[in-house]
Amino acid sequence: MSITELFSIAVMQGFNGLSTFSVLLLMALGLAIIFGQMGVINMAHGEFLTVGAYTTYVLSEVSQRWAPWLLSSYFLLSLVLSFAIAAGLGLLVEHLMIRHLYRRPLDSLLATWGLSLILQQVFRSTFGAREVSAHLPDWVMGSLKPTEMIDIPINGLVVMGLTLSLTSAVFLGLFRTRWGIRVRATTQNRAMSGAAGINTRRVDRLSFGLGCGLAGIAGAAFTTIGSTGPTSGSLYIVDTFLTVVFGGAESLVGTIASAFSIAQAQATTEFFMTGSMAKVITLMVVILILMARPEGLFTLKMRR
Amino acid sequence: MIGEPKLLAVEGLGVSFDGFKAVDDLTLYLDNGEIRAIIGPNGAGKTTLLDLISGKTRSSEGRVLFKGEEITALKEHEIVQAGIGRKFQTPSVYEELTVFENLEMAFPSRRSWWGALWSRRTKEVTEQVEQIAELVYLRDRLNDRAEILGHGQKQWLEIGMLLIQSPDLMMLDEPVAGMSVNERQKTAELLKQLARGRAVLVVEHDMQFVESIADTVTVLHQGKLLAEGKMANVKNDQKVIDVYLGH
Amino acid sequence: MTRASKTITGQLGALRSKMPRESWAFALTALLLLVVFPATLSGFRLAMVAKYLTYAFPAMALVVCWGKGGILSLGQGVFFGLGGYCMAMFLKLEASDPGSTSIQSTPGIPDFMDWNQLTELPFFWVPFQSLWFSLLAVLVLPGLLALGIGLAMFKRRVGGVYFAIITQAIASVLAILIIGQQGYTGGVNGITDLKTLAGWDIRSDSAKVALYYVNVGLLLGVVLLSSWVLRSKLGRLLVAMREKEERVRFTGYDVAALKIFAFVFAATISGIGGAMFTLVVGFMSPSFVGIVPSIEMVIAAAVGGRHSLLGAIYGSLLVNYGKTFFSESFPEAWLFLLGGLFILVVMAFPNGLAGLDLRRLLDSKRLAQLGAKLEALRPKPAPTPAAPQGEVPR
Repeated sequence: MSITELFSIAVMQGFNGLSTFSVLLLMALGLAIIFGQMGVINMAHGEFLTVGAYTTYVLSEVSQRWAPWLLSSYFLLSLVLSFAIAAGLGLLVEHLMIRHLYRRPLDSLLATWGLSLILQQVFRSTFGAREVSAHLPDWVMGSLKPTEMIDIPINGLVVMGLTLSLTSAVFLGLFRTRWGIRVRATTQNRAMSGAAGINTRRVDRLSFGLGCGLAGIAGAAFTTIGSTGPTSGSLYIVDTFLTVVFGGAESLVGTIASAFSIAQAQATTEFFMTGSMAKVITLMVVILILMARPEGLFTLKMRR
Repeated sequence: MIGEPKLLAVEGLGVSFDGFKAVDDLTLYLDNGEIRAIIGPNGAGKTTLLDLISGKTRSSEGRVLFKGEEITALKEHEIVQAGIGRKFQTPSVYEELTVFENLEMAFPSRRSWWGALWSRRTKEVTEQVEQIAELVYLRDRLNDRAEILGHGQKQWLEIGMLLIQSPDLMMLDEPVAGMSVNERQKTAELLKQLARGRAVLVVEHDMQFVESIADTVTVLHQGKLLAEGKMANVKNDQKVIDVYLGH
Repeated sequence: MTRASKTITGQLGALRSKMPRESWAFALTALLLLVVFPATLSGFRLAMVAKYLTYAFPAMALVVCWGKGGILSLGQGVFFGLGGYCMAMFLKLEASDPGSTSIQSTPGIPDFMDWNQLTELPFFWVPFQSLWFSLLAVLVLPGLLALGIGLAMFKRRVGGVYFAIITQAIASVLAILIIGQQGYTGGVNGITDLKTLAGWDIRSDSAKVALYYVNVGLLLGVVLLSSWVLRSKLGRLLVAMREKEERVRFTGYDVAALKIFAFVFAATISGIGGAMFTLVVGFMSPSFVGIVPSIEMVIAAAVGGRHSLLGAIYGSLLVNYGKTFFSESFPEAWLFLLGGLFILVVMAFPNGLAGLDLRRLLDSKRLAQLGAKLEALRPKPAPTPAAPQGEVPR
């Protein structure tokens, strides 16, 4: 192979990794917020992704049948709707179940696993076990061809753009708004925050909703790169957790770096061997690194 | 006696968390049979000092020598086995076990997992437990579960759990916090008895209590040594008054 | 109370108060498994129960390391599978003698290797031709793996949630690895068509019954062993460690060593269960290794009561029976039920079946009441003629 061919393949493989990175990052951000904030492990996080994906699908079906004029723009609407529905469901779940499980990560792990099973069955009963696809507007399909050899699919770029804007929004929200200050205060010192008049329960509830909402948008983004089935969420859950742990659950920057390295490592190794072996190697390397550095590779602070 | 190694030698000890120096170039020496009180305002680094000596936190500078040997880098359980016992600020006993079982657990034999598997409740253990329980005023509560003990009694139980290991150095973090006046007196008597044959390091805020038990007092402030000496002298030290005791 | 009810319930009550509760429960369980089941269940159902009972091994393992030691492992499938695969490899090699495999391109090697164009036995399969090696592997390999994992993690103070997630990832990795390496492991179908164990046909009806008893025997043996461990100082240290790790450390104990012990113990027991599973069911596949089966083992322990060894047995029976029953009759309902079970067990019944106060059920007062009720149900003799004063007979 010539150098240009190799380079082109590397670039395309790189972009491939970026799509995975985007979904992984959105999921991991949501999960990190929930875990860091409330000490709750949400094993059903993948199902919130699926909620967003199915919402997009439904919207696409609806506009196809009854509002064809929406077809080209429904996608943007679905982003908003996916967030809203996933966040709403998240708030409901928080009220019914999660609020009894704060600071009990092992218990919340098991209970939310049960929730994920229930949700998966709900999806299966409602939409069937087969995978479905949303009808994507034409502008999302197709690809950019900056050079003859490099073929960059637009949906990948869309997903990436989405992720970047969302991540920036989360950062801005956390570090520049009053709400963000309350969240960070509660995370760092719950008792003091409560004493200072912050309604920690409300902060928790909203954070959980936000985390789920993020997963919902990830789900909408997910429809551009794959089809949706009842178990789509569970594909990502183990990777997401590893990403959060690897990046050090305290640090959002760490989460980004972690998601990036894991996604890219997988994409790159995929080039040299089968998909499953690539996954195995990536996961094993992550596990080994975690054993050597349990606080995560990208944590900035350290105490003993 | 000059020339003989001190029981505990802390030399130039220091640690910082995220740039904040919790303990800064601290040096102090402890003799056998001594009762030393560490006092100082909140945040002065008293608990951190105990953390450093007991191995809970790793120091970034300086060293700790115990009975002439360096223990700075040892793990917590190794330091305990070397003869240093530590009591925590909030009573840390096994609530679901009885007083007897709590003391038995602390008995310093069969500490490896294999040994613990085969360990049986021998007469020796039982006698030791009863003896210690007697010392810490809990002889008649041996069969009660720890969770029903009063706060002060839990503190005594924890001291008992330290005692049964026959440590050469006992470190107590606020042993009389939450105790009634009567209980404080009894604790003071207890500690004075215990100091025979070992050294006791006490972190406390109750000045009366400190006065009644301590031979020497070390005052910490912002991680550094502020003053050291007999209680009477330290009490009248202007620096100490400004920072801590004064009005 | 009549003499009859006094006898039955009174005797039971008296017996119960003489024996400590654990021995009473153990005796009942042994009776159930060794006598009642074989006497009342058909061969087919008995084999099913045998299968469920093999899951009780990892469930009991979890009672020791999670219930008592506070170490949640979401990857017991790894050890179950490892033990199972060791046994399966031996059995497969025995079933793949050159005679029966003469139609293959390369006779003498397992069929799936032939399908994947392997021409000779991979090096790590070779030692499994020996029964003793295979048995040793079943006992030792899971524990060795657990030792490695434990050393890497517990020495570094990785615990709690992080540990659980990493064990889950390990389970996932192993399952993917096994599925991906078809030629070496049989892939997603696993290792099947197992026939004989050292010449003894394990597929025959009599073999199935024998295996049932071996299974129960091993299970009860493990209960006794684990009980003994838990009653020792080590067992109390595990419980103390679960509640107050720091205190244990500051009493001079090496907490990492304690955790490693619990984890290795749990792994070894799970491995034995896996090997029994292979024998009882006749195959082993990666579907017993990954995330889902591992978490089902946790649920079985939780339903039975994570602090109760015997509870793990009943939990495994219940959960697996439920799975079989529901996936056949109401497949849609099963996942709802299972999910609901997870939630219930965590939020409402943290002590599972064992916490359901069987003591109250067997309380002598209750027994007396039960006796009275039974008595009231007996047909009464005709009432005597009314008393002269017109009193209403009682």
